[in-house]
Amino acid sequence: MDSSLTLFEKVWRAHEVVPETADTPAVLYVDLHLIHEVTSPQAFTVLRERGLRLRRPERTFATMDHSTPTRTEQIFGGAPITVDAAARQVRELERNCADMGVELLGLRDARRGIVHIIGPELGVTQPGKTIVCGDSHTSTHGALGALAFGIGTTEVGHVFATQCLLQRKPRTLAVNVRGTLPPGVGAKDLILAIIGKIGVAGGTGHVIEYRGETIGALDMDGRMTVCNMSIEAGARAGMIAPDETTFRYLAGRPRAPQGAAWEASLERWRQLPSGPGARFDREVDIDAAALEPMVTYGTNPGMVIPIGASIPERADDQVLAKSLAYMGFTPGEPIREQPVNVVFIGSCTNGRLSDLRAAASVLRGRKIASGVQMLVVPGSQQVKRDAEAEGLDRIFIDAGAEWRESGCSMCLGMNGDLVPKGHYAVSTSNRNFEGRQGIGARTLLASPLTAAASAVRGRVTDPRELF
Amino acid sequence: MEALRLLRSRTVVLPVRDIDTDQIIPARFLTTTTREGLGAHLFEDWRYGPDGAARPEFVLNRPEAGGCAILVAGHNFGCGSSREHAAWALRDFGVRAVVSTQIADIFRNNALKNGLLPVIVEPDVHGWLLEHPGAQVSIDVQSTTLTLPSGTAVRFALEPFARYCLLNGIDELGFLLARESEIAAYEARLGSA
Ligand code: SF4
Repeated sequence: MDSSLTLFEKVWRAHEVVPETADTPAVLYVDLHLIHEVTSPQAFTVLRERGLRLRRPERTFATMDHSTPTRTEQIFGGAPITVDAAARQVRELERNCADMGVELLGLRDARRGIVHIIGPELGVTQPGKTIVCGDSHTSTHGALGALAFGIGTTEVGHVFATQCLLQRKPRTLAVNVRGTLPPGVGAKDLILAIIGKIGVAGGTGHVIEYRGETIGALDMDGRMTVCNMSIEAGARAGMIAPDETTFRYLAGRPRAPQGAAWEASLERWRQLPSGPGARFDREVDIDAAALEPMVTYGTNPGMVIPIGASIPERADDQVLAKSLAYMGFTPGEPIREQPVNVVFIGSCTNGRLSDLRAAASVLRGRKIASGVQMLVVPGSQQVKRDAEAEGLDRIFIDAGAEWRESGCSMCLGMNGDLVPKGHYAVSTSNRNFEGRQGIGARTLLASPLTAAASAVRGRVTDPRELF
Repeated sequence: MEALRLLRSRTVVLPVRDIDTDQIIPARFLTTTTREGLGAHLFEDWRYGPDGAARPEFVLNRPEAGGCAILVAGHNFGCGSSREHAAWALRDFGVRAVVSTQIADIFRNNALKNGLLPVIVEPDVHGWLLEHPGAQVSIDVQSTTLTLPSGTAVRFALEPFARYCLLNGIDELGFLLARESEIAAYEARLGSA
């Protein structure tokens, strides 16, 4: 294959049904369409109104995660879903999938979980695929070398009806990461630092390819954490070239190719990485060895500092002032030692097994501070079972945390798992927007290590202090 | 989709950068299974206090905001989640165009599919608009120009196909459905690969 092509360009070209012209966008084929209960109902309605069916139900895959309860008795014990409208969405997805022949991993399915966790986990996410979902964190799947991006509900309808989307080709941005991540600094700190560097709009109009030795050294869970937050830098998609780590991860997964098909797939996947002559529209370099644990202090993910730093002071910056007023922070004071009321471990950013292991490594033999509420929500039922098999659930429960069923939970609080008004939450999720975790909730984004350390001390804590 | 050719309106100004879709429409209103009625909750937590009473100082609650169809907002409007509910809420409220120096990708796509026009202008024009809330502005989709009260007209970029759809009030689904033979041919190639 042409050595001047990027990973993105190769996947894009292979999916052009009709290339773009000056007057019309490309018609791009979608290999895999993931759907969930919140952004699909109106798209099913449009199909019915126009008398259409799904063109490729077998390329469509549904689960429920955003508004589902995380209390065991509400999923398995017959206790009602407390949020009425959420219960209605769950029923509507069940009905829509049954009517339209879509495979649904429903509320009690052992394979259910957050859509961006179960795609890779089941092996439906594969290198070189185009993957879309009515959810901006679809970028997660790019960690396996797929071109994966979030779409709106109207586009969900387009994919239902035609298995295609009209798209203009985005530009490319290479983020080159060199150096070894220091102890206590992980994939979450890396992506927060990248967002801090390029800004929340820095990737707008671009697909990011994360490259370099540091990325190659990350395990798949870490790579997914990095690609997950591409959208927080404004980029619709983030990609990482598939390599032996990717293939080892996928081998034997239930929906991955098997036998001769596996060998043939490997051969194709090995052709995907950007060639030596590939050019990107922009490039940014990051030195991983210089990083510290990162934590946000404001109301978007770009408002982020190393944990040892102080909250910025900029007298003439109205937006910063508004944001700090919301957070109840004083410019110039250290972020460390700020009080913490709630700690949330979970989400499609940090709800995988290695994230739970990291949090548990801090909590083992410790208790969370009195007055702190800590919620640990595995990203999928499979992650939950794996964690329980290792005894991680006991570590969390013994430390005083709540151990829940999988779902989006407190990442966006649609299911009633909310941070109370004015409370400070150290959260491993991806968005610290005003009100994201509850009206008036104050979110500090951090890694699982930092979140767990902060739970132990009831204050924002550098996890390296507890090693 | 309702066509949009020429828009003349006073502006309403939200001079805040990085306004995310969680502010435009908070997640607790996403449990709806229809597109209608979301305008009532547009910017809910900025418009209303904890007791549900309207905050009189918030721009959208001021009498002069009534009937304004052009929203001028800070850099990077609509970042965050892919929820199309944000575009639906703005449309339902009566907004037909959003003007900024940058608009997030997914929001921009969603807006265009709902007859809501994203307009990117240069910082000088943006600065003027931010400083002159209520200015009478006209936006011409045909010529892709925005005209200030002084008569100064500036061009803005609009993807040609999106412009065609807006001018004619057609949605993209019809265009995609008409590509059936190309899609079928592509799928046949996939099958034989
Ligand atoms: S965990 Fe949070 S960010 Fe991820 S899909 Fe769910 S709501 Fe969205």
